[in-house]
Parts: sequence; structure tokens; C-alpha cells
Amino acid sequence: MSEKRIRVLVAKPGLDGHDRGAKVIAQALRDGGMEVVYTGLRQTPEQIVSAALQEDVDVVGMSILSGAHGTLFPEVVNLLREKGAGDVLVVGGGIIPEEDIPALKEAGVAEIFGPGTPLANVVTYIKEKLN
Amino acid sequence: MFKQDQLDKIAANKEKWAAKLEATMKKRPERQPEFAVDSGVTINTVYTPLDLADRDYEQDLGLPGEYPFTRGVQPNLYRGRLWTMRQYAGFGSAEETNQRFRYLLEQGQTGLSCAFDLPTQIGYDSDHQLARGEIGKVGVAIDSLADMETLFDQIPLGKVSTSMTINAPAGVLLAMYIACAEKQGFKKSEINGTIQNDVIKEYICRGTYILPPEPSMRLISNIFEYCSKEIPQWNTISISGYHIREAGATAAQEIAFTLADGIAYVDAAIKSGLDVDNFGPRLSFFFNAHLNFLEEVAKFRAARRVWAKIMRERFGAKNPRSWTLRFHTQTAGVSLTAQQPMVNIMRTAFEALSAVLGGTQSLHTNSYDEALALPCDESVMIALRTQQVIGYEIGVCDLVDPLGGSYYIESLTNALEEKCMDYINKIDALGGAVKAIEYMQKEIHNSAYQYQLAIDNKKKTVIGVNSFQMEEKPPEGLLKVDLSVGERQVEKLKKLKAGRDQAKVESLLKAIREAAESDANLIPVFIDAVKEYVTLGEICGVLRDVFGEYKQQIVF
Repeated sequence: MSEKRIRVLVAKPGLDGHDRGAKVIAQALRDGGMEVVYTGLRQTPEQIVSAALQEDVDVVGMSILSGAHGTLFPEVVNLLREKGAGDVLVVGGGIIPEEDIPALKEAGVAEIFGPGTPLANVVTYIKEKLN
Repeated sequence: MFKQDQLDKIAANKEKWAAKLEATMKKRPERQPEFAVDSGVTINTVYTPLDLADRDYEQDLGLPGEYPFTRGVQPNLYRGRLWTMRQYAGFGSAEETNQRFRYLLEQGQTGLSCAFDLPTQIGYDSDHQLARGEIGKVGVAIDSLADMETLFDQIPLGKVSTSMTINAPAGVLLAMYIACAEKQGFKKSEINGTIQNDVIKEYICRGTYILPPEPSMRLISNIFEYCSKEIPQWNTISISGYHIREAGATAAQEIAFTLADGIAYVDAAIKSGLDVDNFGPRLSFFFNAHLNFLEEVAKFRAARRVWAKIMRERFGAKNPRSWTLRFHTQTAGVSLTAQQPMVNIMRTAFEALSAVLGGTQSLHTNSYDEALALPCDESVMIALRTQQVIGYEIGVCDLVDPLGGSYYIESLTNALEEKCMDYINKIDALGGAVKAIEYMQKEIHNSAYQYQLAIDNKKKTVIGVNSFQMEEKPPEGLLKVDLSVGERQVEKLKKLKAGRDQAKVESLLKAIREAAESDANLIPVFIDAVKEYVTLGEICGVLRDVFGEYKQQIVF
């Protein structure tokens, strides 16, 4: 019962304004018992990492639908590592072609959740990864 | 609409029938405990004249082209001319987008629709720090008139109509379009097209805002005023429900929030001193065509009726053209699946058909691969062909409003009108759309969450996602915009900036600052500046400096 609640930062990197998915995921994680902070739109990698450190989160979940994932996801992972927070679990979602996924995983993104992923899969994945 | 003795007979018969129905349901139980549309209207087993008993044909429907325009904005609609087939396109550099435009025109498309990349939509030049990774990704990158000239190379702007999905910096892009057309040898008055120019929905759900509401509304009123005098055929705004729906709203919320935004623009323009009948006829709308086919048809009809009443009764517009709600439609991007993508062709076709049966003025059909990436040439062609099949092969364009008079369609049109008015009254009570942004965001988010839960628990069937799944090979041949586009664009911009007369640029930016600080109309100074290749980022930089930037409230 006294188990620490998982803390998650849901972030929207870049200029993309599509936040339906990010907010739905945020709500599902919250309903799944996690503490969730949502950054809002137009966050630079620096802003995301500084929010992650300040909120002391276990997970950073990012959503991009504009195609800028190849640039911005790895930047967030690298900055987290530089700041000594390389153990934070980083996951992503959005319109991300399958062929881009190996490079993102190589860069340190633990998992990519594509369109059609049931909410429960994301909740379960995070819980299993952190236990 | 029906005589009382007829209704009595039907009612008596229906009572007997209800007993029969009950007996049948014992043997053949229904597939689900309740049938309803997402907007929250329960669907009965069957509809009859009894459902329209309190309605008046003349008052509620009338004839096409007549108030309240439920049946359409023109008397003969597609018997005269089909809707404009307008595929939204734009990616990478201006050269690449120019090629896609020319390909679409060669395939029989009848109007252009331009997508801009995010830095352009947010008023940043490609060399801005925040443009990293975004250049040319979701649309074409336009930094200056030079890019616009390349974009429309060999496309005569006096002969095609162009819709530009640009909002916060709409005035600047319009200025570039005018300058470009004039360079091609056309008069301002000859150009025809639309700018989206709908900033309230950017605050609500689309995200490409720049300035706070007050200066944004002023810029919009400046555009209304300028266009009514100089480019009378231009659609000065496309008040958009599309993105509101994509963000999760129901059909009723989509039309309600859109029309509430419309009310805010009309209010602002009237407050700035304009006459409603001066700009009213040039207002246009943009809706989504989603999966619930009959609900969508009813939605378009309800929206037309509500807007006609708002313009005539609330704003006292006298010109019948101010009463008409003309709209563009795009099929629902959110209904596309990454799984079994070819199935998206069918989804899109039914959605497109609902827009045509709802009387749309122009249409974009999504391509089957858009849940995966930007569409490729082949998928765009099939999307366009879908419209051509509806327009030329299946006979639905041979009369106006073919579903009008269906007991269900009319009943649902009435129900959606009622729901829409309930929301508009709530928004009025909150002080109007600008004050109700967070209220609308909450409503939209709740609907989006419910929608996802319904898919996850299989109350809603999505083929390939929660039902009828199969093993699939990863898709091939997806369109990709590589990072070199951004590098080349930055290089091009650097050269452009180096080749200008800097003193002239400074003085044009100063003129913009002075106009912004006064009550002057900003469009003429934008035109002067873009003609000298002052960039979008430079102009928006001045506006940011004078007016400050919008800060989003985080609602979830």
C-alpha cells in the first residue's frame, strides 16, 4: 500500500499543436494511479528536461505528430543523460513511421506507442518497466 | 407538417406495432442495450411523421437557397457545378510543393489548398532556433515572397482559387499572395481564395497561435475590412470546426463551438466599426466529416440553419448572402488507422459522401496512408478519385438535399440544432468564445477520453484496431521529408537576407511597428514590406514585440 506512486511528465516537444493524444494518455496514466504533469504545447528539449528534473519524474512521455521526432526525442534523452537523469524512462508516441523506430530506440527511447495502441497497454508497460 | 387526423392514425398504428416490436425483441434481442450518436442523441428503432409533428416545413426547411438554408445554400447546388475538389497539400520546399500542386491540377483537381510548415504557421523564419527539425515537415516552408513566387511558379493566380491554412500570420501570407499575383500580372480584384484566419480555434485546440486574443481579433477585423474593399471575392476567414472535432469533440460540440467562434468574430468586427453585411457574405466555414454517416449529414444541415438564424436574428444582417453558411469539408483524419491502411479508402469515401449529401462547397478527402506519414502521390490520387466517383458516377448530385424529408434525418437535424444552441447559450453566459476557451477545451478532452475508452472496451468497433485484426507487413514507400530540406531553406534565407537593402528593411519594419501601435489597418504595410522581401519572421517579430505573446492555460 505504501508503494511510491509513479511520477510521469507528459510532454509536447516542438511546435506541433496536436495534443489530443497527449492529454488522453495523461488522463489514462492518472486514472491508472500515477502522478501526471502535462507540460502544454511548444516545449523545447531543454524545457522538458528541466521540468522532468524539477518534478522528479520516473518517466517522460512525449508525443509528436509533426515528423520532428527524429530530431527532438534524442535531444531530450541526451540532455537527461547530461544532467545525470539517464535512468528516467523515456517513451514516445504519435505519427512515427515504423522504419524510424530502431534509430529512436538506439538513441535511448525505450518504447514507441503508435496509433491504435490501447491505453491499458501504455499503463501496463510503464508499471512493469518500473517495478 | 402533417394533418392531425393523419398523425392520429399513425400514432394508433404505432402503438399496435410497439407490441409486435416487443415480442420480436424477445426472440431477437438487440445487439446493444442502447443505440445513440456520440452527440448524446438516442436513436429509436424507426422514425415516423410523429417525430416531426410539431415542425413547420416552411419555417424549418424551406427550399434550397432560401432561409433558413437547411436544404442548401444554392437553389440548384451540384446540378449547376460540383463542389470544389481541393486536396490539402504542401511539404518540404516550395519547389516540391509546386510540383505536387501541378500534379493535382493535372489530375483534375479544381482548386489549391496549401499546407504550411509549423515555423511558418507560428511566424518564425526557418533560421529560428525553434524551427529545428520542423522545416518543411507538415507543410511548405515560406520565409519570404521569394518562396511564394517559387510555390506558385507557372500557376496563374488569377485563374485558380487557393485556400491557405494559415491563421495567426494570415495577414502576412495574404500580403505575399497578393504581391505574388500582381507580379504574375493579375489585378488584386481577380484573385480568389481563402485564408483560414481563425485564431480562436488555435487557442482551443490547434496550437498555432502567436498573439493574445485582443490584437489577434484586431488583425482579423483588419483583414475583413481590407478584403471587403480590395479583394471582394476573397473568403476572409474559414471558421473551423474541423480541428475541434479532430481534438475529440462530438458532432454537436463541433458545430456549437465553431458557430460560437463565428459569433465572436462578427461581434469583434462590428465593434471595430464594420457593417455586418459588408463582411458577412465572405465568412466561410470548415467542418469535419466523421464516421457516423447520418449524424454527419444532419450536422451540416443543422449548422446551416443555426447560422442563418444567428446572422439574421442576432446580428440583424439584411443581405441574404450574410445568412448563408458556406463550408469546406475534410474527412476525419482521426478515423484513419495505421492498421490495414487500405480500409481507410472506404472510411474516407463514406465520410466524403456525407459531406456531399450535407451540401458542402468544397472537399478534401484524406489519403489512406495518413495515419503513417504524409501521403504519397498514389494515395493522394485515389483520394481525389473518390471524390470524382461521388461526383460523376453514383447519381447523388442530380438533385439537391436528397435526404431531406427523411424522418430520421430531419429529427436528428432538429436534435443537433437543439444541442448546439444549448452549448452556444452556455458560452454566451461565460462571456463569449474567447472567455470560454478553457470550458471548450475541457468538453473536448472529456469527449476524446470517452471516445478512446469506447474503443478500448470495444463499445466502438474499429476494424484492424480492436476487431478483425491480422498480421501485416510494415508499409513501404512512405513519403519522407529529410533534414536537408531545412538546411537548404536556411541557406536560401541567408542569401536572401544578405542581398537586401538593410536600411529599407528597417524602415518598412518601423512602419509596421507604428501602424501596430496606432489603430491603422495593418494589411497595406504588410504588403509594402513583403514586396521588398521582408520576411515573415521579421514582421511577426515586430508584432510579438508590440503585442506580446499568448500564454496557453494548461487544461486537462
